[in-house]
Amino acid sequence: MTDLQERVAPVREETPPIRPRSTGSSIVKHAGLILLALVMLYPVLWMVVSSLRPNNEIFRSPGLILGGLRIENYAEGWNSLASPFGHYLINSAIVVLGCVIGNLMSCSLAAYAFARLEFTGKKVLFAIMLGTIMLPIHVIIVPQYILFSQLGWINTFLPLVVPKFLATDAFFVFLMVQFIRGLPRELDEAARIDGAGHPRIFLRVVLPLMVPALATTAIFTFIWTWNDFFSQLIYLTDPDKYTVPVALRSYVDATVSTSWGSMFAMSVVSLLPVFLAFLLGQRFLIKGIATTGIK
Amino acid sequence: MSSLGELQRLGSSTAGPPRKRDNRAAFFFLSPWFAGLVLITAGPVAASFVLGFTDYNLIQPPEFNGLENFQRMLHDERLHHALGVTFTYVFVSVPLQLAFALGLALLLDRGMRGLAFYRSVFYLPSLLGTSVAIAVLWRQIFGADGLFNQVLGWFGVQGQSWISDPGTALSTLIVLNVWTFGAPMVIFLAGLRQIPVMYYEAAAVDGASKARQFRSITLPLLSPIIFFNLVLQIIHAFQSFTQAFVVSGGTGGPSDSTMFYTLYLYQRGFHSFDMGYASALAWLLLVIIAIFTAINFWASKRWVFYDD
Repeated sequence: MTDLQERVAPVREETPPIRPRSTGSSIVKHAGLILLALVMLYPVLWMVVSSLRPNNEIFRSPGLILGGLRIENYAEGWNSLASPFGHYLINSAIVVLGCVIGNLMSCSLAAYAFARLEFTGKKVLFAIMLGTIMLPIHVIIVPQYILFSQLGWINTFLPLVVPKFLATDAFFVFLMVQFIRGLPRELDEAARIDGAGHPRIFLRVVLPLMVPALATTAIFTFIWTWNDFFSQLIYLTDPDKYTVPVALRSYVDATVSTSWGSMFAMSVVSLLPVFLAFLLGQRFLIKGIATTGIK
Repeated sequence: MSSLGELQRLGSSTAGPPRKRDNRAAFFFLSPWFAGLVLITAGPVAASFVLGFTDYNLIQPPEFNGLENFQRMLHDERLHHALGVTFTYVFVSVPLQLAFALGLALLLDRGMRGLAFYRSVFYLPSLLGTSVAIAVLWRQIFGADGLFNQVLGWFGVQGQSWISDPGTALSTLIVLNVWTFGAPMVIFLAGLRQIPVMYYEAAAVDGASKARQFRSITLPLLSPIIFFNLVLQIIHAFQSFTQAFVVSGGTGGPSDSTMFYTLYLYQRGFHSFDMGYASALAWLLLVIIAIFTAINFWASKRWVFYDD
């Protein structure tokens, strides 16, 4: 049970101060941290402000104060590719939704097996699963591309989504295994005595209890898929099928330094969903990366 | 326990008491994962090994050409250059990034006011850093008339285009990677929380200085997490692609100064459709990453401390 406590509450919330610090050094420390935070976020803030500036001003105004709101940048950026930018947002949303559903279903199934079942070859399979977390996608992309092109899947969303239904994101399998291991086995035993088989225990007992791990998986999948560029660049070459990162990149190459205002505007639009996911889900994000990183 | 900890321990753990095996249920639960392993992960790893010994352009069937691809690697100067760029990037940016992550985690540790706020602010760039949008922004910031030069102007310094100078282009990408120190920082923070406060209290009673406490308590107890972050960030950095691609407009320029290994692989495979050579390159990458991970594991015996 100490094991359980360790795993369920790996990120304890702020413990009280060990010893009071002198206020002087504390103020210096906070000033330093706030300065660093400002330096780190400044480029992003500046991009948001610049997306509302005329082009010639972007290269003259390193500050954050706006003379006026030039929302035309957004209209211009929105309409300057083959399709309105909304088209690419929808494409990205479809891919992201598919990936989230796929990861939730397939990773939780695999995690239940690794965390709760005894079977032949478990150790070896578990080691292989952990090994694939560290496998770079570049090592498998060529044969994968050949496979999907022979299936006629190039320029569809299938190469991006189908693998997620096959639990290829082992990172999430591991995250869920960790979480399930922390759930009391007594609950399974009770359900088993009541005559429930594994599918039932999984659906009725384990799945409802692992909502936090599912939320972490959903949010990470959302952000990583939304930002993913490499595989979307490779599998989507038809402009009609472009997702946000690929569309944004084609826009950059088409307008090299002529229209930074509208380029920044679309960059801001593309980051907005990530930022919202971060705001809504930061508790799960921080717990998620902490639990998979520590004992 | 971290995934690395699990891997290290798998071999040594003893079998538990014999239990009823649930092979049929396991087959059901694991079949999607297993299909993915065969078709999407392990299968392609094996396939790319075989393709590495062929000449294949996607149109004509692959033609076996023995060790030709590997001989070509020996004389491929762009590849050697790409390796140099990638190694520089990995071995400069990862230590810097982890130093920032650890330094900030130590500053933010335990009970300080506003901790959750700072943690979020420093973590945010890790989520944004791999996006095309941030790469676009970087291209502007470090361009000739970019934000960076405007700020330098305040101090009377005349800047240059950092992106289009082969001597500095890679540095801008290193800065971008260091900027994303938030993710390892959060892992360090969680690790620091696990160190019992009483160790520090006992050390303080014994008159140990802050520096001594850091050296004798924090560092050894945190070493498994430093190790975890090091392995992960090195593997991660070897695979960087988006930033170099967008900043250089897909060319790896100027003068190949941002030609990351993955970018070179992409160009050979998906521009020239030289799939055989690209597969051989993929395997070389796998071997390089495996070697560095193995070195890390081997070296870890000398400096990583496990208290159980």
